[in-house]
Amino acid sequence: MPFVTAGDPDLATTKRVIAELGGRGVDLIEVGFPYSDPIADGPVIQASYTRALAKKVHVAEIFAALRDLTQSEAKPLPPLVAMVAYAIIFRWGPERFVRDAREAGLAGLIVPDLPADEATELATLCRSAGLDLIELIAPTTTPERTKRILQTASGFIYCISVAGTTGVRDQLPVELKQQLTWLKTQTRLPLAVGFGISRPDQVESLRGLADGVIVGSAIVRHIGAISEQNAPTEAALRNVGQLADDMVAATHRAG
Amino acid sequence: MHALEQLTAEYARAKVDPAFAAELEGLFRHYIGRPSPLYFAERLTARCGGAKIYLKREDLNHTGAHKINNAIGQALLTKRMGKTRVIAETGAGQHGVATATACAHFGLPCVVYMGEEDIRRQRLNVFIMRTMGAEVRPVTSGSRTLRDAINEAMRDWMSSVADTHYIIGSVVGPHPFPMMVRDFQSIIGRETRRQCLEQLGRLPDEVVACVGGGSNSAGMFYPFVEDRSIKLTGVEPGGRGVKPGEHASTLSFGVKGVLHGSYSYVLQDADGQTLDVHSVSAGLDYPGVGPEHSYWKDSGRVQYTPVGDQDALSAFDLLAKLEGILPALESSHAIAQVVKTAGQRKSDEIIVVCLSGRGDKDVYEVARLRGETI
Repeated sequence: MPFVTAGDPDLATTKRVIAELGGRGVDLIEVGFPYSDPIADGPVIQASYTRALAKKVHVAEIFAALRDLTQSEAKPLPPLVAMVAYAIIFRWGPERFVRDAREAGLAGLIVPDLPADEATELATLCRSAGLDLIELIAPTTTPERTKRILQTASGFIYCISVAGTTGVRDQLPVELKQQLTWLKTQTRLPLAVGFGISRPDQVESLRGLADGVIVGSAIVRHIGAISEQNAPTEAALRNVGQLADDMVAATHRAG
Repeated sequence: MHALEQLTAEYARAKVDPAFAAELEGLFRHYIGRPSPLYFAERLTARCGGAKIYLKREDLNHTGAHKINNAIGQALLTKRMGKTRVIAETGAGQHGVATATACAHFGLPCVVYMGEEDIRRQRLNVFIMRTMGAEVRPVTSGSRTLRDAINEAMRDWMSSVADTHYIIGSVVGPHPFPMMVRDFQSIIGRETRRQCLEQLGRLPDEVVACVGGGSNSAGMFYPFVEDRSIKLTGVEPGGRGVKPGEHASTLSFGVKGVLHGSYSYVLQDADGQTLDVHSVSAGLDYPGVGPEHSYWKDSGRVQYTPVGDQDALSAFDLLAKLEGILPALESSHAIAQVVKTAGQRKSDEIIVVCLSGRGDKDVYEVARLRGETI
């Protein structure tokens, strides 16, 4: 499951990246709505948000671009889910945001800064619109809290691999395996592991434990090269496609 | 979330523990130098020609501002929780200095996140923090000021929460921080109330304090909230003008929104993106405000009003020349408001202003604005 920042370096490129990834057999694509204060994100994704916002990417344009993509007659895309800060949803109006998300063809929302206890209103809106509200579980989430979260979760469970922010890391912690094993006994929802994953061998180390992995910063870095290092868009798309191929292949081996 | 639940529970226990209160009281008295005086500003009163103006001298606290009240309180809580490392954010550097000081006192390692732009404006405080043994980490993301320093500190905390406490410097961030910081700062208002009764024989007619994130004002106002006849005035940084980006007057011009884990007034655009802010004072340069201030605004209990850079700079000069007191640029906003309004009151009326900090840290910036070098 790759992650793409909407509007970095521009929405036209974002559409091409999503189409490219869609053709590589990924299970789902996360679309990051740029936010000015993304405290759950590490430097790579934050920098991409800052670049996108500097070019004045607006929420309405992101919805329009996604609508174009999902309604075009080309090959069908995997499900798209928005990764979006609650600050944006609240300002836009939760009801209006959910309606616009559905019209844009999104399958769900991930709201990293909205604790499950305070998500009741949004969860209800999502449910009636047929969208999934994907919940996150961190290594520091206690078993009691996890059980509460699982009661309302839908779509899949976003398992945060390490306590901290997004970003490429060398190793995944041992405790993650224990947590995934336990989670498997608690829910039938697919488990996707994110934060710190960039290489096929990490996917293989999760064999039998997780149903998917989320790759964010590694992809964002390839796209970021377009504006940071004047890399040709074609080359960036090739790199992203190659990474997706490698990760998809590793997932299938691991599965 | 787990960290916040743990902190909420631990703070609830500490709050009712007489041993914790006694230790805090001892530190307030012998380390910070409390109670801070309530001082009659006679020449300023004569100049304004109206109500008697009293200054609550938080500038006379150890480290020169009210920030130490909260830093010492939370550092004591850190020890109680058995955590061994402290992180903090700072804007003007006063909270950073206060935290570095509290950590030196308790022997705790300390990392302070500070925006690159603020490091430039406040190099005296950077020097002090480093001398106290704290590590000052420059923040180069976003607007490179207070809000980005908070983002970085929160990021650090997410990966270090097992052994680290985050001493947030204002009444902002997720619960329980706004409540806890207000409680530690309420010593300001409690003392002021008692001093008014002892020294003046009655309560004041108006209490004025500056509002950035809102910690000195929350601490000053909270013990007066139930005294309905007392006017409470919060003074926001009006900057250079009313256009977005020119000021940091969150309550005067903001909208209801979410920032740093609380629901409050925020300066943001129609997409929910936080707006850049400006104030001559680095400590007021924040696009959000404590949620309790938003409640007081909506309930009408506190009046909030902006005061611009120029008026604050004039008040900085005026208080120095008339009273021999160099106020922080933050507190100068509150002084400026009183200079504007004291003349409209009768001479038997009383206004108390929270002089939240001293102005030594601001002399480089004020000199730069005057075109002087020191």
